[in-house]
Amino acid sequence: MSKVLLYELAHARSGDKGNTVNVGVIARRPEHFPLLREALTTERVRAHFAPLITGGVERFELPNLNALNFLLHGALDGGGTVSLMTDAQGKTFSTAMLRMVIDVPDDPGNSREGGSA
Amino acid sequence: MSRATSLQPPATSLRIASGQGFWGDLLSAPVEQVRRGRIDYLMLDYLAEVTMSILQKQKARNPAEGYARDFVPLMGEILPDCVAKGIRVVANAGGVNVPACRDGILEQARTAGLEGRMSVGAITGDDILGRLGALVEAGHSLRNMDDGRPLSDVIDRVQSANAYIGAAPIVAALARGATVVVTGRSTDTALTYAPMMHAFGWAPDDWDRLAAGVVAGHINECGAQCTGGNCLLDWETIPDLAGIGFPIIEASPDGSFVVTKHEGTGGRVTTGVVTEQLLYELGDPAHYITPDVIADFTTIRLTADGPDRVRVSGVRGRPRTDMLKVSISYSAGFKAVGTLVYGWPDPVAKAQAADRVLRARLDRLGLRFDEIRTELVGWNATHGALAGPPPEGLPEVELRVAVRADERAPVERFTREIAPLVLTGPPTVTGFAGGRPRVQEIVAFWPALIDRDQIEPHLNVEVTVA
Repeated sequence: MSKVLLYELAHARSGDKGNTVNVGVIARRPEHFPLLREALTTERVRAHFAPLITGGVERFELPNLNALNFLLHGALDGGGTVSLMTDAQGKTFSTAMLRMVIDVPDDPGNSREGGSA
Repeated sequence: MSRATSLQPPATSLRIASGQGFWGDLLSAPVEQVRRGRIDYLMLDYLAEVTMSILQKQKARNPAEGYARDFVPLMGEILPDCVAKGIRVVANAGGVNVPACRDGILEQARTAGLEGRMSVGAITGDDILGRLGALVEAGHSLRNMDDGRPLSDVIDRVQSANAYIGAAPIVAALARGATVVVTGRSTDTALTYAPMMHAFGWAPDDWDRLAAGVVAGHINECGAQCTGGNCLLDWETIPDLAGIGFPIIEASPDGSFVVTKHEGTGGRVTTGVVTEQLLYELGDPAHYITPDVIADFTTIRLTADGPDRVRVSGVRGRPRTDMLKVSISYSAGFKAVGTLVYGWPDPVAKAQAADRVLRARLDRLGLRFDEIRTELVGWNATHGALAGPPPEGLPEVELRVAVRADERAPVERFTREIAPLVLTGPPTVTGFAGGRPRVQEIVAFWPALIDRDQIEPHLNVEVTVA
């Protein structure tokens, strides 16, 4: 197994719904999707975001888009206009997610450019 | 006359262009969409969750206001092209004063010499501010969807209340020949699929096709966010963001469609770019709930269809629910944000020391806040603790302190405590030239549900010829 920065394997977009942030995580290559599905468990993502969120995490799969969608509850200090955060709309949670380091099997295909991971 | 009336056979394809992803989006975008190539419809989304309350306040000050003012001069600019080319416009620019918006457009049309050659459809009835008390009294608790509180907790502070309405009234206005349709709180997605329902003759229970229209609407509603704007994937190589093309949905009667943009414009349309937008502000992907249908985003198929073209097909839908979402806004206190910039060396240590000084002074003044939040822009403002320790040798940070309170007074006093830090706090500080921070009234969002039959009988469609 090797450690890989999630940013190498996935891209992402995030947005807000009240005090909840959604983060869509998309495999850069279809063959990476099973790795994401395996590594990005609800528990693992909850632990990663523990310093930033007060609520739970929900996970949804979109295998048709090689993507996972996460809802991070209690992420925006009340959300919308109430929030005092610079990022009250949760726009940068996308790359906060991609800071995760995940374990992947040793395989030269597991990097962004297809080189060795 | 408009090209799609009930007397003509259903269209075989339709190009629906997006002109604004929010109120304040690129002003040139709708003009480019109309002039740079063929489109059949132009949709413009103006309403974010809190926009209605801003508009309600403007209307309270001046009964002639309360709509997206920019939309009226924009119509003056593009209506001659629209009428000449048979382009029809659908926009939720009416806010809380649809008739005033309609009248403004009619005036622009007459000034442009289009008297008798165009008409405006006005959709009203989504605004339930005046009915709120009666609805609550009749047993509609309008509980907050997020935390379950009943509306009675805040009803004396409510500033606006609008039901999210679907496509039916827009379709009705189009069927009556309206060149421009203005609505209040229509859903963003309906602005895109109402033209499809009208032109293709889709039935209101054709769930799969409506769901496909919703997906098209979700892609279109954020403007250039599906053509390379705010796109993380290979962002460094996206060409000509300065001249970015806004999206065009090329729809087919079977519900499949292609996402594209005008030739020669900047940006990029690929499956990766479109996928990012599909996931934007998404909840449970299998249940994307709208007033007209529940769309299942797990059934979407994306395929490349040539340069800057992505085909979307396979979308499935489920029957709509009996409820409509209501967007209520209410007054929720005051806030202010103060900033100062600290330079090398040790900018983080200086900013943190300044924050301690500031908090001690606020404390000594006896000021009570619901929250005081400190962020250091340049280090932890976006990713918080996930950013790790501050990097060695960081050249500068911006200290950003924000406060919130129920009362205006403590927030007002806070705004006078920022500038004094320059001469009475840690050194190497600048960036105070903007003056005292502004006290902002907080207007919070209250999402709720209401029975559909409390709203739909009140909707009204009026079409007026210029």
